[in-house]
Amino acid sequence: MTTPRDLVGGAPRTTYTLTFDDRELPAQEGQSVAAVLWSAGIVSWRTTRNGAAPRGVFCGIGQCYDCLVTVNGRPNQRACMVQARPGDAVTTQEGTGRAALDR
Amino acid sequence: MPHSTADLAVVGAGPAGLAAAVTAADLGLSVTLLDAGARPGGQYYRQPAPGLGAERPQALHHDWRAFADLTRRLEAHRRRGGITYLPHHHVWAVLPSGDTGSWTVHTRADRAAEAPAPAGAAAEATGPGGETEAPAPVIARAVLLATGSYERQLPFPGWTLPGVVGAGGAQAMLKAGLVLPGRRIVVAGSGPLLLAVAASLSAAGARVPAVVEASGYGGYAAHTAALARNPAKLVEGARYGSALVRHHTRLLTRHAVVEAHGTDRVEAVTVARLDRDWRPVPGTARRIPCDAVAVGHGLVPELSLATGLGCATRTAADGTVALALTDDLRTSVPGVWSAGETGGIGGAQLALVEGALAAHAIAGAARAAGPGARTAPAAPAASGSAASAAPESLRRARARLRAFADAMGAAHRPGEGWTEWLADSADVCRCEEVTAGEIREAVTDLGARDARTVKLLTRAGMGWCQGRMCGPALAALCGVPPAPDRRPLACPVPLRRLAALPADPS
Repeated sequence: MTTPRDLVGGAPRTTYTLTFDDRELPAQEGQSVAAVLWSAGIVSWRTTRNGAAPRGVFCGIGQCYDCLVTVNGRPNQRACMVQARPGDAVTTQEGTGRAALDR
Repeated sequence: MPHSTADLAVVGAGPAGLAAAVTAADLGLSVTLLDAGARPGGQYYRQPAPGLGAERPQALHHDWRAFADLTRRLEAHRRRGGITYLPHHHVWAVLPSGDTGSWTVHTRADRAAEAPAPAGAAAEATGPGGETEAPAPVIARAVLLATGSYERQLPFPGWTLPGVVGAGGAQAMLKAGLVLPGRRIVVAGSGPLLLAVAASLSAAGARVPAVVEASGYGGYAAHTAALARNPAKLVEGARYGSALVRHHTRLLTRHAVVEAHGTDRVEAVTVARLDRDWRPVPGTARRIPCDAVAVGHGLVPELSLATGLGCATRTAADGTVALALTDDLRTSVPGVWSAGETGGIGGAQLALVEGALAAHAIAGAARAAGPGARTAPAAPAASGSAASAAPESLRRARARLRAFADAMGAAHRPGEGWTEWLADSADVCRCEEVTAGEIREAVTDLGARDARTVKLLTRAGMGWCQGRMCGPALAALCGVPPAPDRRPLACPVPLRRLAALPADPS
């Protein structure tokens, strides 16, 4: 089966892992958080404020803000724009991602 | 506040901005090139990060040679000091510099998007891109806006399901991250981008069961002159057509995805035939299983900075709002030029030509302005690309490519009947979760006559994306043509940055 990698050849400089909720995911140097999640077959990592509906990447170019996610405790990061780093703790963002402020 | 100065500030390092920056530097202007991305190229020439180690990034691209030529020239000018290139700089406003006739370009830097985070950065309250520093504004005598475009989306029930992504978005994620949203991807919407996206996704290993195109390609037949003058475009189209055949992809013209099904992610779509006005024909619905949908209905010029400056607009052949530009790419605001998609969607080749043409015009205006303006042209780097041609041939190329773009835009302009597939229960505003029913109520019961009033009544268009995703749909539901963007801040800006601005003397 052909993959995007077959098309462009080569190999990543380094590979590493990060966590998404409780899962450990493989990542390649240079991938965005969204690309790492897509590689693992994950397409949603946020629930909306009103309907608690699942969301992930939509526009893919940083314009729609649908792919917001919490990275290392910091909510509202655009997964399609933020570069993944070794050891990142990526967590599903519920609503505004700032539930702590409501307590 | 400390700042840097330039003869010309170019906003956007896509095809138009790159061509403009290197041509202006060839002609002796000092140029600052600002871009939100990590690497030059914009969306069209988006490429994998160096760390991904792709040996053949050109396999995902068309016309890579022109891009390689531009980046080589950019690097040469950067080393010589002719171009200051500022990646990761998102321009949020361009404002007059008092009454000096110059412009102040305000940016925020998204360093954290690429560079390793300093210790403790995670706890810092930052903007959505992870801003960790406040860059100095750039002061420039002239500004060229090459802010490109984003995808036009016409909503349908289920379009918010995970796995339903923009067609351009799927392309961008593939080019930058070497990833696919699924294994079986329906490509849908309207416009020539769909064929390119289907070809890329297939080449990268996805199964594309169908390309669902709302227009009939018969629309092109009305513009035979524009087609005949652009044989290269026809060859490109034929190549995509044969790629579809090779990958056993069905091209369904005059069809649309009228609903996406699934709970936590898309599992299938319903496709229906459309009449000439894009109205679904009853009794023609059929289901296509899939695990992803790549959808888009052409592109929309990104005009936030331009309309913020008061630049005049026009309605383009594809129905979008574009800038009204002169033959030498001036906007209606003296000192502000624009090139590429902002002047009407036309593709990368046109953007390259317009960028170079605008640079010649700006250099000419600087020479005419007399003393104080830098006039000594640097030796232009030898090059065979369109972007280094003489102004007269650039003007001819522009006219030819614009004629083709207009023909294409008219052929894929959304018909008025498309809102019939938009059930009341469907979300239209993705950010604020406002349904078509709520918007129709604002129009029919509460008397809203435009998208702005609908926004005030329902919050549609008020969220993170500032109406970029739902704007065309809101206008259609109001029964009016899309209005020019009004976004005083082109991207989210931390309040502390606004608080730090010097007081306005007026």
